[in-house]
Amino acid sequence: MAAIFAFAESREGELRKGAYEVVTAARQLADRTGGEVHAVVLGASGLRDTAGELGRYGADKVFVGETDAFGHYSPEGFTTVIVGFLKEHGCDVALFPATVLGKDLAPRVAARLGVAYASECTGIEWEGGALVVTRPEYAGKVVSRERLADKPAVASLRPNTFTPAESPRAGEVQTLDVSVNQADFGAIVREIRAAAGEKLDVSEAPIVVSGGRGLQTPENFKLLEELADAFGGKAAVGASRAVVDAGWRPHGEQVGQTGKTVSPTLYFAVGISGAIQHLAGMRTARYIVAINKDPEAPIFKVADYGIVGDLFQVVPRLTEEIRKLGL
Amino acid sequence: MKSIVCVKRVPDTETRVRIAGDGGSIDPSGVKFVLNPYDEFAVEAGLRHKEQAGSGEVVVVTAGGSESAETLRTALAMGADSAVLVKTDGKVEGLAAARVLAEEIRGREYDLVLFGVRAIDDDLQAVGPMVAELLGIPCATAVTEFSVEDGKVVAQREVEGGTEVMELRLPCALTLTKGAYEPRYASLKGIMAAKKKPLEEKPAQGAGGGAPAEQKLSYPPERQAGRIVGEGADAVPELVRLLREEAKIL
Repeated sequence: MAAIFAFAESREGELRKGAYEVVTAARQLADRTGGEVHAVVLGASGLRDTAGELGRYGADKVFVGETDAFGHYSPEGFTTVIVGFLKEHGCDVALFPATVLGKDLAPRVAARLGVAYASECTGIEWEGGALVVTRPEYAGKVVSRERLADKPAVASLRPNTFTPAESPRAGEVQTLDVSVNQADFGAIVREIRAAAGEKLDVSEAPIVVSGGRGLQTPENFKLLEELADAFGGKAAVGASRAVVDAGWRPHGEQVGQTGKTVSPTLYFAVGISGAIQHLAGMRTARYIVAINKDPEAPIFKVADYGIVGDLFQVVPRLTEEIRKLGL
Repeated sequence: MKSIVCVKRVPDTETRVRIAGDGGSIDPSGVKFVLNPYDEFAVEAGLRHKEQAGSGEVVVVTAGGSESAETLRTALAMGADSAVLVKTDGKVEGLAAARVLAEEIRGREYDLVLFGVRAIDDDLQAVGPMVAELLGIPCATAVTEFSVEDGKVVAQREVEGGTEVMELRLPCALTLTKGAYEPRYASLKGIMAAKKKPLEEKPAQGAGGGAPAEQKLSYPPERQAGRIVGEGADAVPELVRLLREEAKIL
């Protein structure tokens, strides 16, 4: 059985969370198919040490490709290197994280190889010699199960769905030759401007504290920022479409059908009524807590736990109690 | 500034989706179809950059059945200059759609090929970069805003934790997400004018291949309602206790 390719995303010399998720998923698939997991990490420098960690999560081999041109993501450079790798190694499956980078890179790889691609998969299986994926459509209202008959089968995996799990393998680090000429590239990343305050992205955070119109003014979002801080770096602030449209919060925090789809362990919906389009973005959270003064708000129909009350009383109290836990 | 904008006909976001009897598609009866919301950002971007440049054109293209003509008219009503409906046998998505669109665009003159970052029906987020690959032009996805200066595009992309600034040479492809290009409403005058703008229908070339076989649709598991823990700030200690001892997540 041929190898399973896992793209391990990194930024500025560090592996991102999605790298561990994808290698874990590849390992679990490989355990059923009998193939090896080959992870590939691309960047400028300093990746060989952290790359070895992927062995703990099930990578048999980790190929590190370093060149100055890969200081930032390079759509054309990464695509060329990965397509070359897949052809040379004859991989049957190629997995990517469904992050912004992964969703940019994976379809290019698929198109260049002339194969189908499935994005944001929430499940992957091996059946009858082919990859069968499960993925949401129509903003999560429907689940699609598809058999990808092409080889390699290319798929990107939804963040926070394949929990990183240790399953140690050799993780043998090898050098991948990446001779690319940046002058050939039609697209180059100049810089990444970090959002104010080095925030954890709402699509990656295990805990999301999300607010809607019930907050009444943009300044009141400070209450949610304080609650998020109480979770010791594990929580991000999210927002409903209404408050993003009103300019109170940036679009990067918007959760919902025309914002981000998030799948955290814990989602607080504060002053959010629970419109269908918002639910589309957070219905797969493991636990939902709703805080709203209206007991009839639709959000209570999907929340695991709810508090009916004035959020301006409830949220500060919650922040106090969470701080006591010393997380 | 010449832009080709690829658009798609999709069900409205409010639609209650029902799976058809064959289990492989959505029942279209009673569904209101609209221009994909993300594609509206792309049409708007094309119009604004044409206006800023003082000259140029915006051509909208879609691949689908004859019912997609109404989607093109919506874009024409916003201000696009002309439209092309590439007629396919049934709905095409993914690589199949990319091949049809690339074949139509290849050989045309353009500065920009614009797309919405994703279609809200299949949520695939792939056709834009796939078309760019097939045409051999650079592409930036999830663009919130871009400027054209000195023969190149400077695009801002929404990435985790911040904004990535990418430079692309022309011609290039961009997929747009919510940002600077809030779409204009079509005026009554625009709607009337759209009826007379050129809308060409032609058969698809270069289709086929790459589509995943055997798609089976089902409904996701219903979330069960939990319970109201209590009222007001006094309910907080009990909530925290439940999160720790029952849900075991803190």
